[in-house]
Amino acid sequence: MVRRLLADRGDLLVVAGLGAPAWDATDAGDHPLNFPLWGGMGGAAAIGLGLALAQPQRRVLVLTGDGELLMGMGSLATIGVQRPRNLSVVVLDNERYGETGMQASHTAFGIDLAAVAKACGFVSATMVTTIEQVRRLQTGLHRAEGPLFAQVKVAPDKLPLVLPPRDGALLKDRFRQALLGTDACFQR
Amino acid sequence: MKTTHWSRRLHQLFKQQGIRQVSFVPDAGHSALIGLCEADPELRAVRLTTEEEGIALAVGAWLGGDKSVLLMQSSGVGNCINMASMLCACRVPLAMLVTMRGDWAEFNPWQVPMGHATQNVLEEMDVLVSRADREEDIVPLAEGALRIAYNTLRPAALLIGQRLLGAKTFEN
Repeated sequence: MVRRLLADRGDLLVVAGLGAPAWDATDAGDHPLNFPLWGGMGGAAAIGLGLALAQPQRRVLVLTGDGELLMGMGSLATIGVQRPRNLSVVVLDNERYGETGMQASHTAFGIDLAAVAKACGFVSATMVTTIEQVRRLQTGLHRAEGPLFAQVKVAPDKLPLVLPPRDGALLKDRFRQALLGTDACFQR
Repeated sequence: MKTTHWSRRLHQLFKQQGIRQVSFVPDAGHSALIGLCEADPELRAVRLTTEEEGIALAVGAWLGGDKSVLLMQSSGVGNCINMASMLCACRVPLAMLVTMRGDWAEFNPWQVPMGHATQNVLEEMDVLVSRADREEDIVPLAEGALRIAYNTLRPAALLIGQRLLGAKTFEN
């Protein structure tokens, strides 16, 4: 599903929350303009906001999990106040905390993250359950006026791990060099 | 709280140092500086629901080429600790300006534990900490914190002593 979302990614900038979203983003193709997280749980959406504000001409996708998003739910309000048109937040909702034994998350009990995002001022906030909706979402990542939110219900399968690099400094530097050029090394 | 002279100079310092994003949870000690940043069309002032968002925001900002500053009260430092791991794990620079509670004439007992712990907790997370207890030190030390953060790719924090801000008295 993530491969479908990242197909024809063009110049999309991607922040992937820790766990399955980071593995899935890497499985779709490791890329210098992916920033896969290995920690900072709860921070993915706010990272996406900082990036979107710094690069208003670029489309930014935050791809994260339900548990990770729940830990940073307040950031939806922070994003709603800033209203970055170039930001999309997509939650891969398997209703589980995948990295710690597949325990149920709040969404397994019916918590509706899309409704929270809508209340926080996201221009579009939808629950995604069909392939057709995934296709429309993929187009929306590149074209829609954001901020855009999608809660994509996915099966809690344990897929093979495809690990990105775990050196945070390398991830940060290769992202900056790919985005900003080698001048980034000299920024003061 | 009146606009203080050093708030204006801090705002100018941010501009001189090329800061683009300023994040904060609204705070009395920083209120003048927050107002100046919000009124400045060249800065993006980001209102946070919790201070740890400001750490994550700074990571994203830096990925995108923007320098940022996080303004918070000492109580907010406690909210930042795990998120601050990313700053060292990814070598992302960030300057933090922290208004102190619980360290001078504090009225509210619930502020004291975190105020007392603030410096140690930041240093445990490899943040370079300096502290201003005289008004004339605020701007030079803030400049030092900004420069060392962005020159050496480290997190750095300036603690502004409560005595410089006046203690909240909870009186009408």
